[in-house]
Amino acid sequence: MTAAPVAAAAVRAAGISRAYGDRTVLHELDLEIHRGEFVALIGKSGCGKTTLLRALAGIDAVDGGTLRTPDVSTVVFQEHRLLPWWKVWRNVAIGLPRASARARAQSALEEVGLGTHADAWPVTLSGGEAQRVALARALVREPELLLLDEPFAALDALTRIRMHGLVRDLIARHRPAVLLVTHDVDEAILLADRVLTMREGRIAAAHPVDGTARTRGSAAFAALRTELLAELGVVEP
Amino acid sequence: MSAPVIAAEAPVVPPVATGRPAARRPRSTPYRAISWAVPVLLLVLWELLARAGAIATTVLPAPSTVLTTAWDLTRSGELPEHLLISLRRATAGLAIGATTGLVLGVVVGFSRLAEAFTDRTVQILRAIPFLAILPLVIVWFGVGEAGKVFLVALGTFFPLYLNTVLGIRQVDPKLLEMGRVIGLPKLQLVRAAILPGALPSILLGVRLSLTNAWLALVVAETVGAAAGIGFMATNAREFLQTDVIVLVIVLYALIGMITDLVARGLEHRLLAWHPNYVRR
Repeated sequence: MTAAPVAAAAVRAAGISRAYGDRTVLHELDLEIHRGEFVALIGKSGCGKTTLLRALAGIDAVDGGTLRTPDVSTVVFQEHRLLPWWKVWRNVAIGLPRASARARAQSALEEVGLGTHADAWPVTLSGGEAQRVALARALVREPELLLLDEPFAALDALTRIRMHGLVRDLIARHRPAVLLVTHDVDEAILLADRVLTMREGRIAAAHPVDGTARTRGSAAFAALRTELLAELGVVEP
Repeated sequence: MSAPVIAAEAPVVPPVATGRPAARRPRSTPYRAISWAVPVLLLVLWELLARAGAIATTVLPAPSTVLTTAWDLTRSGELPEHLLISLRRATAGLAIGATTGLVLGVVVGFSRLAEAFTDRTVQILRAIPFLAILPLVIVWFGVGEAGKVFLVALGTFFPLYLNTVLGIRQVDPKLLEMGRVIGLPKLQLVRAAILPGALPSILLGVRLSLTNAWLALVVAETVGAAAGIGFMATNAREFLQTDVIVLVIVLYALIGMITDLVARGLEHRLLAWHPNYVRR
């Protein structure tokens, strides 16, 4: 808490806007993510969360406002987006300096538990394995900002639970700033330090998550879950 | 290339296979044997009917006669000479047509400006069945080599051009986006994502080009030539040598089969990653 807020911010967006035609998707949005902070972003479909992530990734430009992001940021998408014609290790090593590429890819793969799959073709992997390779590809670059665009949405429930644990361990070790875009309120609470809800192109509310709320089944978890769902306009029977 | 994968997975596979109840696959039908037995039986039937005199020699000679003819013509050096001339024409035409098609296809695939300059014109020319310009080719080049090579080149150009452009344009935009997020330079993006992604389509173009090459050669050699296996057939027609005609037809089929085999081998090698070829 002694560090100056300026130095601690990995992402700083001030009043950023984005419109497609006459439809405003981001509406003078402010967002700050600290170094090493895990922020989850939830919201209804079409609220602009993916647009925000794509702006932070530098894929799409913003129309107005100022946006500052770190030099090295990586994205894990909902689809693994592995090049099917390259073996697993080359997919991880893509774009790395040639000399150390293989060794760095191998150790990144070992970190996600796929050290023995370095020479496999991507089509031979299961959905969860492919997503772990995508995670290795993102982390091998030692990003200061890691953007996760619903990376677990296409996985089955059991694989998703295992992935949550893996992601938590990896992020504890690498300490990038993280923005996770998700539809899954439980996932947001379990992983994030701070859960943001988004509505009509703006951040509607911020909810810090403390330790006890991260235990599924605890009273704090249930309370936060109900609160977040209510904000998204969902009332459970 | 895929050997390590197989080696790594080999110890895992057998227990799974033996674990299955044997009843799931009763006695396997010998599909492969049947598929070969049918053409062999037809050949035998043909031979017997020809020998018994049920088919006149002038209509269709026995397979054994065709084989004897092939042997005689090979020993006299006539067949190898004509075959070599035909192969040389096909190779030269293919080299010119396929190279032009591939290069132009890559340029148009990458550049909208090049597309604007070239593509419409090529599409208009493509509407002409390339064999329809045969009379014009004879007027232009006479019965010399150039005309035949030109016709083969024309026939091989279009499939390769079209499939190269299509392949490049159909590369998954999500992969390109991933490449940009990682910060790949443009040239590396082409090498890593675009060309390999276009390769299946390009190889399909190669196969279609090979088919067209033989088609062009048959027509060009049958209509106006003084050498080549097409000429052999035309010449044999004058003397009702059906055995030579059938021999030439068989040769065309064999060459077609061999080139297709080569093209498929190429696909197997270059597309080892593809779901159709990868060995899990």
